[in-house]
Amino acid sequence: MEQFEATCAGCQALGTPEQRAQLQKVIAESKSTPGCLMHILQEAQGIYGYLPMQVQRVIAEELGIPLSEVYGVVTFYSQFSLTPKGKHRINVCLGTACYVKGSDKILEEVEKELGIKCGECTEDGLFSIDSCRCVGACGLAPVMMVGEEVYGKLTPDKVKGILDSYKEASK
Amino acid sequence: MINLKINHIPVTVPEGTTILEAARIANVEIPTLCYLKDVACVGSCRMCLVEATGARGLVAACVYPVAEGMEVLTNTAKCRKSRKLTLELMLSKHKKKCLSCERNNNCELQRLSVEYGAEEDHFGSDEPIHPLDDSNPCVVRDNDKCINCMRCVAACRKQHVGAIGPIDRGFLVHVGSAGEVALKESSCVGCGQCIVACPVGALTVKSNIGEVQAALENPEKKVVFFTAPSVRATLGEAFGLPVGTNVEGKMVAAIRRLGNCEVFNMDVTADLTIMEEAAELVNRIQTGGVLPMFTSCCPGWVRFIEQTHPDMIPHLSTCKSPQEMFGALLKTYYCEKNGIDPKNLFVVSVIPCTAKKYECKRPEMGGEVDVAITTRELARMIKTAGIKFCDLADEEFDNPFATCSGGGTIFGATGGVMEAALRVAAKTLDGKFEVVDFPEVRGATPIKEATYKVAGKTIRVAVASGLENAEEVIRGIQSGERHYDFVEIMACPGGCVNGGGQPSLPDSVRNNVNLKEERAKALYTSDKHNKIRLSSESPVMDAVYGEYFGSPNSHRAHQVLHTHYKADPRV
Repeated sequence: MEQFEATCAGCQALGTPEQRAQLQKVIAESKSTPGCLMHILQEAQGIYGYLPMQVQRVIAEELGIPLSEVYGVVTFYSQFSLTPKGKHRINVCLGTACYVKGSDKILEEVEKELGIKCGECTEDGLFSIDSCRCVGACGLAPVMMVGEEVYGKLTPDKVKGILDSYKEASK
Repeated sequence: MINLKINHIPVTVPEGTTILEAARIANVEIPTLCYLKDVACVGSCRMCLVEATGARGLVAACVYPVAEGMEVLTNTAKCRKSRKLTLELMLSKHKKKCLSCERNNNCELQRLSVEYGAEEDHFGSDEPIHPLDDSNPCVVRDNDKCINCMRCVAACRKQHVGAIGPIDRGFLVHVGSAGEVALKESSCVGCGQCIVACPVGALTVKSNIGEVQAALENPEKKVVFFTAPSVRATLGEAFGLPVGTNVEGKMVAAIRRLGNCEVFNMDVTADLTIMEEAAELVNRIQTGGVLPMFTSCCPGWVRFIEQTHPDMIPHLSTCKSPQEMFGALLKTYYCEKNGIDPKNLFVVSVIPCTAKKYECKRPEMGGEVDVAITTRELARMIKTAGIKFCDLADEEFDNPFATCSGGGTIFGATGGVMEAALRVAAKTLDGKFEVVDFPEVRGATPIKEATYKVAGKTIRVAVASGLENAEEVIRGIQSGERHYDFVEIMACPGGCVNGGGQPSLPDSVRNNVNLKEERAKALYTSDKHNKIRLSSESPVMDAVYGEYFGSPNSHRAHQVLHTHYKADPRV
């Protein structure tokens, strides 16, 4: 988490030397492949957790394309994030099945419980909330994911317990 | 060759031709919005949908290739219904402030809406949501008027600037700079090619008309105008005259009727630029200075170098542009000669260029030009003043800055600065050199190269217009593949005649008329008929050097007429 904050605080540096080296490696490996931008952005988000402007700038420079083009792709796809994400990334499904089963109420509850809005990250960097469209578990609707873990058949009163288990685990 | 029929008219075209191009040959106009010849062709706006045999549903004529035996129908009920719907959807997001819009009566969306009977409120109207970006000294963006045709984005990327792009997705899509920074903070060079590409009023020039009008009405101020070479070749278009009409005499007469002012000819300081630049080139060649030398009269190009290739700054000529030389000349020589306090002299430059607005605000220029207005702004001032432009009798520029050489006039077209400089440099190196025409550097070819032998020396030159081509020249020089002594670059494709401040012509004209060539012709014709072809032979040059500067590149000339540059790297 310390490393993470060092990245987003200044937004000048490109994270730790390891992160920088990883980014350069990914770019060097894919640079000559046509249409490599998407892949590089995915990898870069994997390295940094999100896509700071400075990282996008490096990618644009290395690929010889305008920064505006990189930024256009980043803002087009909802999978890319311009803001830091929490250690535990919460994704509340708002797809049709979950929505009719009341997932909007689940999202509301998560937001209330953590005191942040969808798309934001808690101050301690522990949680971030996003919404998504269908995780392919409609039979379990309404569904939310915390990291890679899927929680199904949710009701608003179950939310606090789930979040608390993560808070406990990171103490 | 492919044979097909467009609205039952047989046409034969080469393979790979699009339906849109084939229709033009059949004299059938298909409406377009996102398509712009030589700039943008993506088939996204869906205005050019037509019926074609062998295709499922309607197809976009601008990108759909013709096929043997194809029958195309462009004016069926199905096509018209689709276009009307497309227009109504665009109008639902468009801020319909047409009455006060700069593009009123010259708006492609407006024209098509009338033609197709589109209802502006069929789908209701959204509240304006985008903040106006007027941070940039050249370009103002009002995204609430934007129809997302992306012609500006294509124009900017073609310029190898890429300061803007589409942001977000779906209903939220809008054009802006990376990180949503204001245009001022982006890599915009101010060339204004986005403005002349815009079909609606989403992009406009930052107007300085108010300041000019205020100065004209201020009895304390003495107002002087000077007009750039290419303005005379384009101003007529704003009054319905054919592209390529030289309206020099009417332009001078019209400006004089705007108020109490004098009207000078900027071709004079184009001559002055040549005197200084040719001397600088000869000096660099003779003393082993940094070569190739790049011209520095184009502020968009200078900005591009400062931002994108700061390591190449030493190649830029230190000469100020003709605009800034004129400002400097007026506030020194002219004021001293006529006993005017420079503070009371209000200098208005009329230019084909939006970047000049930024140039005159550069701190090192010291505000010598108070305001720069574009051809479009001048046209608007003339209209507001109720001047019947087309009925005016021709008038002459005011002395002492009326007489120019033909070399000064051709500055307005790509290759013009090079040719004017070659005329003087060749004569300087070899007094017996008599050639004044250098056809190799003329015309709108993106990159032109030539080699000349003068006084036993070989001079290799290159001329490029459009920053995309400038970039190619720079890369060639950096990699050692291209070798030159002197390089002329103009940021706008075709040079100033195609500048971002020139009259906005609808795509129906731009897609069919070669603006660059037609406008340039007016300048070359004027050059041909001028008795003085060499800048060095203009009597005005004799006067300013005899009375004030001494000789080109003298100490005083350096103080007044030269400048410096600053690296400002941006992505």
